[in-house]
Amino acid sequence: MIYLDLFLAFFIPNIIGYGGGPAIIPLIENEVVGRYGWLTSQQFAEALALGNTLPSPIATKMAGYIGHEVAGVGGALVATLATVAPSLILMLVALGTLYRYRDSIKVKSMSQWVRPVIMVLMGYLTWSFLDEGVSNAGWMHTAIVGVVACVMLVWLRLHPVWAVVAGLVYGGLLLG
Amino acid sequence: MSSTLTTQRHLFTAFLRIGLLGFGGGPSMIPLVHAEAVMRHQWMSDDEFSDVLAIGNTLPGPIATKMAGTIGYRVGGVMGCINAVVAVIVPCIVAMMVLLGLFTRYRDQHWIQGMSEGVIPVVMVMMGQLTWDFFQKSRSVLGWVATLVMGAVAGGLIYGLDIHPGLVIGAVLAAALLRPEKRRKRRAEVRS
Repeated sequence: MIYLDLFLAFFIPNIIGYGGGPAIIPLIENEVVGRYGWLTSQQFAEALALGNTLPSPIATKMAGYIGHEVAGVGGALVATLATVAPSLILMLVALGTLYRYRDSIKVKSMSQWVRPVIMVLMGYLTWSFLDEGVSNAGWMHTAIVGVVACVMLVWLRLHPVWAVVAGLVYGGLLLG
Repeated sequence: MSSTLTTQRHLFTAFLRIGLLGFGGGPSMIPLVHAEAVMRHQWMSDDEFSDVLAIGNTLPGPIATKMAGTIGYRVGGVMGCINAVVAVIVPCIVAMMVLLGLFTRYRDQHWIQGMSEGVIPVVMVMMGQLTWDFFQKSRSVLGWVATLVMGAVAGGLIYGLDIHPGLVIGAVLAAALLRPEKRRKRRAEVRS
């Protein structure tokens, strides 16, 4: 049952992904690329790159796009609903209770203790993109684009859209 | 009736603007939500806004949709909730499908193939940046020793023993909930 798989693939990352949208990315990659094999690592990276050039939350864009790829409009609806609905419903239903416990050390520890785990998942994903880049374009092109992107994003603090455009132009001209 | 329709229209346009201007994902949209909900439409006070934000941050999942849904619900009931969430996410999901659809259609062109290879190292750098971000945030709260030890253990479980990351995070969340609250009250009683 494809809709159930889609629901679970997006429900689980979003219900454990403390730390906002970006924290969910490695968890979704784990389901979509690793577990179900709906997308290749390359396709996932492309979606992530283009997703980062568009406004609005990254988690819902990934869900809508991947859901649509896997099972059409219905798939997009199911994946987006699994991303948005559970935590929103929890928030609406338990607003009062949550308000009382918002300063509780337990609640704070939840998001703080999850961070190192997310960090490792993100680090591993970084490594797998490096691996992907080197095996596709060779280490020299990967290093050139990587260093330029690093300068643009970290040093010049430019918006990701410019780094993505630079990567697309470089690839279109020199790697085609 | 017309006033509720006006309210729904205001909700839709407000969150449409937030969605279309929110470059940089969820967290970068919070000031935009504040500008619309508190400053422009006065749907809630500053204090109520920071309460909703604080509670949203204690829950998992994207922050922007939780804010949109909660504010939409307060202003316009269930319809308002759905309305605000749709306005904030749907236009960009459609844009994403169209863009990637075009990209996939011309995949056999050499230069499109080159573009998709050229973008991978950029994504790698963005992911590396996020990794560093999470390390910094974690280090400032837990210290770098605890961060690296927890990271190493989690990495060993997930990549060494092939345990699903959901189980590892679930265990961490359970441990956080079982953590004893500090007993400040008793000390206060003793002092008085």
